[in-house]
Amino acid sequence: MKKLLAPAALFSLGALVLSGCTDNNVSAASDGSINVVATDDSCTVSTDNAPGGTLKFNVKNEGSKINEFYLLADDGLRIVGEVENVGPGVSRDLVVLAPEGSYFAACKPGMVGDGIRSAFTVTAAADGQQVSADRATLQKTATDQYTAYVKDQAEQLLRGTKDFAEAFAAGDEKTAKQLYASTRMHWERIEPVAESFGDLDPILDAREADLAEGDQFTGWHRAEKDLWAPEKYTKMTEKQRQEIADGMVENTQKLYDRTLKLSFTPDQLANGAKSLLDEVATGKVTGEEETFSHTDLWDFQANMEGAKIAYQDLKPLLEGTDDKLDAQLEKNFTSLQGQLDQYRDGDGFKYYDELSTKQVQELAAGVDALSEPLSKLTAAVIK
Amino acid sequence: MPKNPSTSTSEPSAVAQTGAKESRRGLSRRLLLTSAGAGTAGLAVGALAHAGLAGRSHAATVVDTVEFYGAHQAGITTAAQDRMHTAAFDVTSDDREALISMLRSWTDAIAAMTQGQQVGADDPAAGSYDAPPSDTGEAADLSAANLSVTIGFGRSLFIGNHGKARFGLDGKLPDALIELPHFSGDQIEEGRSDGDIVVQACADDPQVAVHAIRNLSRLGFGTVRVRWSQTGFGRTSKTTRAQQTPRNLFGFKDGTANLLADNKELLDQHVWVGKDSTDQPWMAGGSYMVTRRIRMHVETWDRSALREQENVVGRVKSTGAPLSGGDEFSEPDFAMAGSAGPVIPADSHVAVVHPSQHDGVQMLRRGFNYVDGSDGLGRLDAGLFFIAFVIDARTHYVPLQEAMSSKDAMSEYLRHTSSGLYAILPGISQGQYLGQQLFDS
Repeated sequence: MKKLLAPAALFSLGALVLSGCTDNNVSAASDGSINVVATDDSCTVSTDNAPGGTLKFNVKNEGSKINEFYLLADDGLRIVGEVENVGPGVSRDLVVLAPEGSYFAACKPGMVGDGIRSAFTVTAAADGQQVSADRATLQKTATDQYTAYVKDQAEQLLRGTKDFAEAFAAGDEKTAKQLYASTRMHWERIEPVAESFGDLDPILDAREADLAEGDQFTGWHRAEKDLWAPEKYTKMTEKQRQEIADGMVENTQKLYDRTLKLSFTPDQLANGAKSLLDEVATGKVTGEEETFSHTDLWDFQANMEGAKIAYQDLKPLLEGTDDKLDAQLEKNFTSLQGQLDQYRDGDGFKYYDELSTKQVQELAAGVDALSEPLSKLTAAVIK
Repeated sequence: MPKNPSTSTSEPSAVAQTGAKESRRGLSRRLLLTSAGAGTAGLAVGALAHAGLAGRSHAATVVDTVEFYGAHQAGITTAAQDRMHTAAFDVTSDDREALISMLRSWTDAIAAMTQGQQVGADDPAAGSYDAPPSDTGEAADLSAANLSVTIGFGRSLFIGNHGKARFGLDGKLPDALIELPHFSGDQIEEGRSDGDIVVQACADDPQVAVHAIRNLSRLGFGTVRVRWSQTGFGRTSKTTRAQQTPRNLFGFKDGTANLLADNKELLDQHVWVGKDSTDQPWMAGGSYMVTRRIRMHVETWDRSALREQENVVGRVKSTGAPLSGGDEFSEPDFAMAGSAGPVIPADSHVAVVHPSQHDGVQMLRRGFNYVDGSDGLGRLDAGLFFIAFVIDARTHYVPLQEAMSSKDAMSEYLRHTSSGLYAILPGISQGQYLGQQLFDS
């Protein structure tokens, strides 16, 4: 710990004082953001203190190496906020919510070493506003909860896939059809996670149009086409069905094994929630996902549930810092769920091809209404 | 050639302004052709209107006409105009002579329209009062607006459904005029794709471009029918150094690394079909045109964080600089390490399609933005009408699109809804008709 701090910090403080005397002086921006000019051997911050609350650092890399900027806690280790990958000539913002206390501002030219550090003080918030000191704890709780959720869904997906595969291989179409949509919901709830395994996703979830010439058509949608066979389609043989079923189980097992090793960051949760709604917008509400079974509303429900879980896990990070966004999301999740509930039918939903154009349009508008505030979640939770 | 540019530019500026104001009404189209020198269009028009001069224009003396004749067709290395109307036609006749005769009439019409003249008679309205005018008329008061019209033939012009040669063109199909394969994620609509003949009309005024397609369609009735047509606006690439790199509908600069008109060596290497680079000598001086209507999911894009947008493109949104730093024209440094992998992500658009990843292969891109209303679900049916001119799509397009559709993070926001590949005819000289090299071969 000491080793990390001593020489670099001393050096950079010296540099900071010196640079203040030159025409290289960096002044604060008019919008209240703090300007940081980083070069390959200096890190000049326009001020060494700011009142508690939301701080915005504008980091400009005037050097020739790639750079990073950190706001570190007073132990010099814990990262309060960071902005990475600032290329030469590039400017990047770091927005961070910081309570009163002592910090270090640090640039890291070339992304190696301890960085060029200087002390940074956050004074009491101007208007007596309370800034929670334990956002890191809140973030960790959020990501732990979400990690557990992903594992649970992956486990249920694996179990469900085995049952489905057995029925499908055996030619028990009735059971297979019953299990198809409900099992896929486990996939759809964690779709951005599943899709992050770029090798497994196409094997398990590619639609026919997603394939390039020469690619093999396998996975859920291959089975879907056989179960809800279009006209002039030649059904698979028992052997072919067995192959598809075995592939689904084998690859879902791999997916499950990998999710056990996953951990997440708050921005991944928030971005994941947003991309789940994107999935609804581009694939489900258009009826493209389930071309043959038309069970798109099951996927829709599952995507939305997955997004809502991520949002709820992150919710404590919004409380007191962005209540307006929180209220908006709460309201729009409820309202979209209300819209979807109108199409419930027994345990499931109406089929997509039973919806009128007007109903689809209404659902699409509901998805857009939720997606817009959801896209602001990441910036709100990572600061 | 009655015009005298030096006289016109010496007119006082008051006249120039009057001329500019009048240029949309009152003046004949022919007079509008006669502006001289950049920035003095209005001046010249005013001067000539004043002097009552008229007559055939000469391309060298005017500012907003594009030369029609030459070794290559215009509309490829021509400074990219702002508007486009491209249409594909299917030939409905089996008669080779009818097709040639139509190409002759198209050639005459294009030669006239690109010089700002009307189709048919000098004064199309001067014919019989009981006959329709030879020109449809909507461009009558407009200047040539740098109109270029570029023609190409699709594979289906050469070979019919059952593999039989059409129009006596046995053995004339170039090897390079392939059927483009299905790429991952393609949702190609047949009715917007392919076609026997493609006609690309580009101009700085949309009405001039539409006028060109409309009049050619009219001349073609009975021989061809329009298969699809597409309008576009806001060029998405530049073809000359002087042009600024424009932005596409994702808000990013597009075409920074495009091939430029002044780089003859690279054009010969990547765009123009040479005598020795084709199995079909009639193609020498031609090129191949790839068209792809690429719907952009602009709504989901607009909701994605700037971080995501820049990582998808591999460039800084504001400046166009690669994420490895510098300015717009700095070479991307794909080896520069970032916090997790390269600072320019390996699946970013620039990393996937950069010439350095494809044996130095380059395209001359000349696409346009399009917005075809909305899709009924409250989203814009908007995107890029991608156009590229290449020496051979097998080496200069297919591998890039394969890489893009399978590896490019941008694909998630895109959907290809049309596809076309056309053999762009070589240019012609006065007295020839477009396609003559093929039909005479």
